Amino acid sequence: MTAPPLAGVEQLVKRFPLTRVAVFRRRLGEVTAVDDVTLSVQEGESLGIVGETGSGKSTLARILLNLLEPTSGVVRYRGEDVTHARGAQLAELRRKRQLVFQDPAGSLNPRKTIGAAVADPFAIHGLLPARAARARRVGELLEQVGLESALANRYPHELSGGMRQRVGIARAIALGPELLVADEPVSALDVSIQAQILTLLRDLRRELGLTLVLIAHDLAVVRHMCDRVAVMHDGRLVEVAPVEELYRAPREAYTRELLAAVPRIPGPPAGGPQSSSSSST
Amino acid sequence: MSAADADGAVLRVEDLRVGFDTREGLVQAVDGVSFAVAPGRTLGIVGESGSGKTVAATTAMGLSRGPRVRVSGRVLLDGEDLLGAAPERLRALRGDAIAMVFQDPLSALHPLLRVGDQIGEAVRAHRAGVSRAAARARAVELLEWVAIPNAGQRVDAYPHELSGGMRQRAMIAMALANEPRVLIADEPTTALDVTVQAQILALLRRLRDELGMAMVLITHDLGVVAETADEVAVMYAGRIVEQAPVGELFAAPRHPYTWGLLRSMPRIDAPAGAALVPIPGRPPSLIHPPPGCRFHPRCPYVRERHRSVDPALESVPDAPGHRVACLLPEAERRVAWAQLAAGATPAQARAAIEPAEEAPA
Repeated sequence: MTAPPLAGVEQLVKRFPLTRVAVFRRRLGEVTAVDDVTLSVQEGESLGIVGETGSGKSTLARILLNLLEPTSGVVRYRGEDVTHARGAQLAELRRKRQLVFQDPAGSLNPRKTIGAAVADPFAIHGLLPARAARARRVGELLEQVGLESALANRYPHELSGGMRQRVGIARAIALGPELLVADEPVSALDVSIQAQILTLLRDLRRELGLTLVLIAHDLAVVRHMCDRVAVMHDGRLVEVAPVEELYRAPREAYTRELLAAVPRIPGPPAGGPQSSSSSST
Repeated sequence: MSAADADGAVLRVEDLRVGFDTREGLVQAVDGVSFAVAPGRTLGIVGESGSGKTVAATTAMGLSRGPRVRVSGRVLLDGEDLLGAAPERLRALRGDAIAMVFQDPLSALHPLLRVGDQIGEAVRAHRAGVSRAAARARAVELLEWVAIPNAGQRVDAYPHELSGGMRQRAMIAMALANEPRVLIADEPTTALDVTVQAQILALLRRLRDELGMAMVLITHDLGVVAETADEVAVMYAGRIVEQAPVGELFAAPRHPYTWGLLRSMPRIDAPAGAALVPIPGRPPSLIHPPPGCRFHPRCPYVRERHRSVDPALESVPDAPGHRVACLLPEAERRVAWAQLAAGATPAQARAAIEPAEEAPA
């Protein structure tokens, strides 16, 4: 491949100091959350990062989005070193790279309407200053994620968990990003709602040509959503492989252990490729 | 100790109804649920948030009481009705004959007491005359039994000093301190990593077999149920909509909601590019549930009659132990599931069973 990867990290290390009492800031040691990880995602690709609690997968995602400073190593975007991006460059990167959180309730201001929440990205970046244009775009975005545009006047507590996650996704796609990083986007949702959100993410990826990095502990979700999978354990990258290969013939013992632990549903795995529209939660 | 009632069940729940008075109205969280569990057997109760699975279990434990709670029906433990039992009697039974394991051990364990002391307390509360030293020895024994390494030292640990998996083991040890005949486990592995979950499920199966306990396993995860339960009850909007032996439920499910759950779960063994089929809409209000079949607003196979007729939980012909609350004729249910299992969409499955004049355009 001649084109550089869309985004990636090289020899990334992140250590966090361990302090006991905040006031005294006595350093008791360090934990290495991410330990020498080199990983990249190609444009248009869907990359899954799986691992258990403390594997470093969320830390890696936050560094990839410049939300955390690495201890050492390089963060790249379209081949450029953006590890220490500031000012206008960082603002531009924020437009192009967006995060979808696990807990949509925790990422929405309870006192702001849904419409205001979805309009936030425009306000922050000084886009669409005309009120009518902004309101129209908010309505379009809500419909794009399967919500009625009339929900713009409601507050987060009036929405179900699935609807709030749709709002989170609407915010994330508002500025037309190139890269979407979703950190456990469905793990707080019920089974029937999970499928709605996953289907929405899949459809949006196709419609908008998004590159997706999906952080998840659920190996079945990653298998469903991703082209390639990276397995992390104790801050290290254990294995990266195309999805079919990883699930059929995992090379590393840890990957095999992880796959073996997933409870199996008996019966035939029904369902061939088919498009299904995502309906409102 | 009497073992079980005439049909071999140690725990029997009959027509349980639980409602909560709220400002908006009466929330009927559990609406006529019946089940029975025999010693050494596991009943899995599957459902989503608000399906009533946890309320049914906590009520069975006598934990849903109060001026705003409306409870009716019967919960029989070895024939003794727990719903009518005096508070002292309930306290004597809970933690002794019937015990519960919760989802989050961090909030179920006391943060300021050593785990050994908490387990010892569970023993001493029900066994008068057990000395502190004997209770501590028993706690070590129990921690070893649930496979906590270095139990002799861990007995003095505080909950925050243990990992999530170890905490859950400690809570299981506490629940089993008096070798209960019934264990209710409410999402015991939901907060745990997948490798730890596998260990805890294996532990619960081993302990159930060693003690001959009846176990009620409440979960939203069909995979967990498949690996642990003998029988499965699927709950929706406060009711059991389908109940069957575990093999039967996965091989020949009969309720469209069960079909929906099975088709909406990503599977680790799915073919490449397999599409999920989400269940449209969301669970109904329990204050004003929909008339007729409660699943009808989300059901792809709904017919006019289903909007007004409320289906009862009835036996499936030629399928012992399998019951379903669905108004579709059995022959059509078989055809529809065969279609879905072969990869058909709900629309295609509907077309296969729809009379010609009712077929969608």
